[in-house]
Amino acid sequence: MLIRRHDPFAPTPSEITDQALFEQRRGLLKAAGMAGLLALPGASALAAKPFGNASKSRFSTDEVPNSFKDISTYNNFYEFGTDKSDPAKYAGKMKTRPWTVSVEGLVRTPKTFAIDDLVSAFALEERIYRLRCVEGWSMVIPWIGFPLAELLKRVEPLGSARFVEFVTLADRQSMPGLAYPALDWPYREGLRLDEALHPLTLMAVGLYGEVLPNQNGAPLRLVVPWKYGFKSAKSIVRIRLTEKQPATAWNTAQPSEYGFYSNVNPNVSHPRWSQASERRLGEFIRRKTLMFNGYGEQVASLYTGMDLRANY
Amino acid sequence: MRTIDFNPTPKQLAGIKATLFLLCLLPLAILIRNGAYQELGANPIEAVIRNLGDWALYFLLIGLAVTPLRRLTGLHWILRLRRMLGLYAFFYAALHVAAYIGIDQFFDWAAIVDDILQRPFITVGFAAFLLLVPLAATSTNAMIRRLGGANWQRLHRLVYPAAILAVLHYFWMVKLDVREPLFFAALLAMLLGVRLWWRWQSGGFRPRRNPCQGQAFPELKPRLSENSTDHPPGRKP
Repeated sequence: MLIRRHDPFAPTPSEITDQALFEQRRGLLKAAGMAGLLALPGASALAAKPFGNASKSRFSTDEVPNSFKDISTYNNFYEFGTDKSDPAKYAGKMKTRPWTVSVEGLVRTPKTFAIDDLVSAFALEERIYRLRCVEGWSMVIPWIGFPLAELLKRVEPLGSARFVEFVTLADRQSMPGLAYPALDWPYREGLRLDEALHPLTLMAVGLYGEVLPNQNGAPLRLVVPWKYGFKSAKSIVRIRLTEKQPATAWNTAQPSEYGFYSNVNPNVSHPRWSQASERRLGEFIRRKTLMFNGYGEQVASLYTGMDLRANY
Repeated sequence: MRTIDFNPTPKQLAGIKATLFLLCLLPLAILIRNGAYQELGANPIEAVIRNLGDWALYFLLIGLAVTPLRRLTGLHWILRLRRMLGLYAFFYAALHVAAYIGIDQFFDWAAIVDDILQRPFITVGFAAFLLLVPLAATSTNAMIRRLGGANWQRLHRLVYPAAILAVLHYFWMVKLDVREPLFFAALLAMLLGVRLWWRWQSGGFRPRRNPCQGQAFPELKPRLSENSTDHPPGRKP
């Protein structure tokens, strides 16, 4: 368990704490009191969020984040089932400690990290990002993490490396969804190396100052905010640098519907539904979807000269 | 097949109908209750639309099960519940469409027309709904009399393509996991298949043998494609 003592005088992240979550503390206090236990230890354990002292990032949006409950109960994580409520129901069985992540392939110093070493090796930031799902809904999520570029620098990519492949956990013991071959397990994703090195590309280990809930991809997941959500692979066990474009799960399953790039693009419809608008969870009227999910200023230059209709 | 002996008195039937009427409203009541208590999850609008669509499909299939069930059990009186079940299928389908137009798209007619014309799953879903409209409109006794029993029955066979399109709508909507749509497709195939089977058994699809050995009687085809199969081909009834 990661409990970091933080400076008691530092500002708490309560300005982004969901009210419902905040109120649970009182419930717990009351319960502890009624049980005749000492209330104090329980209170301090909850008050000191493990990542409560992550620094704020200039890349954060000032939009209002969705509640912790919404973020952690409405998930696409097919390893636990294809219903949005399945991951919250079943992901608890997944063991996220011990956990290792190997970074390998076309790098000078391939390395296998224990997850806790990885988490403590980098300065953690809070990044409040929009997340746009290919299905036409979106959320705003206060991730905790570090730039993928920092990790890749440590292993020194070779000149021949052009892509990064992400391989995720496929454990039949703890993942009931694997029994059904919806996708070609294990779930794999990939980025071009320049996309992977982009400062917006995040490796997330938490959200709302807490350790990442299992259903959100604990202990380590990718977050690429200008791409559809499925590009942001969850529960990563291997990161491999390659020369050739890696095969990716959704692209393999339905190449005509899910491209390798899958940049958020309101002008290119999914073959079966429009991508022009989205429902921000918690809002009533649909919003117009923004090119690159609103991150065009930072990332559009990655795709200069590319036909985004062909490279969807 | 052993048949069950139960034939309700008019009073009992009225009671059964009233109970069924309320029972069929229960899914809507539960949906409203869950909405009021904010128990529809992070995406309540999607939950409402999906739930209404689910129930439209369930009622379509329940309605289509009446005839086979009647034949298997000998409970002929259940036929008298079919209209209500069919109307409830239409009721939930109409709410499903209304929710899509009103709360999903918020009356963005350009986007809605775009969806209907360009998205196959919405095209077939909308077509299924349109097919149900004349059936609901002609569901009264007065309309049956006006159309005449045979015409009415022929018109109401539109429920078969409507149900097929409804399942297709579901099938084309899901991203990858087609298990549920396939389950409903299998149910529908059984419900429609048993009809074909019985019709074949009663001679409806027997090859038309005629004295001229293999020569067709094209002039007879339109009549034969109707449900009267009692008349041997080649002879005027």
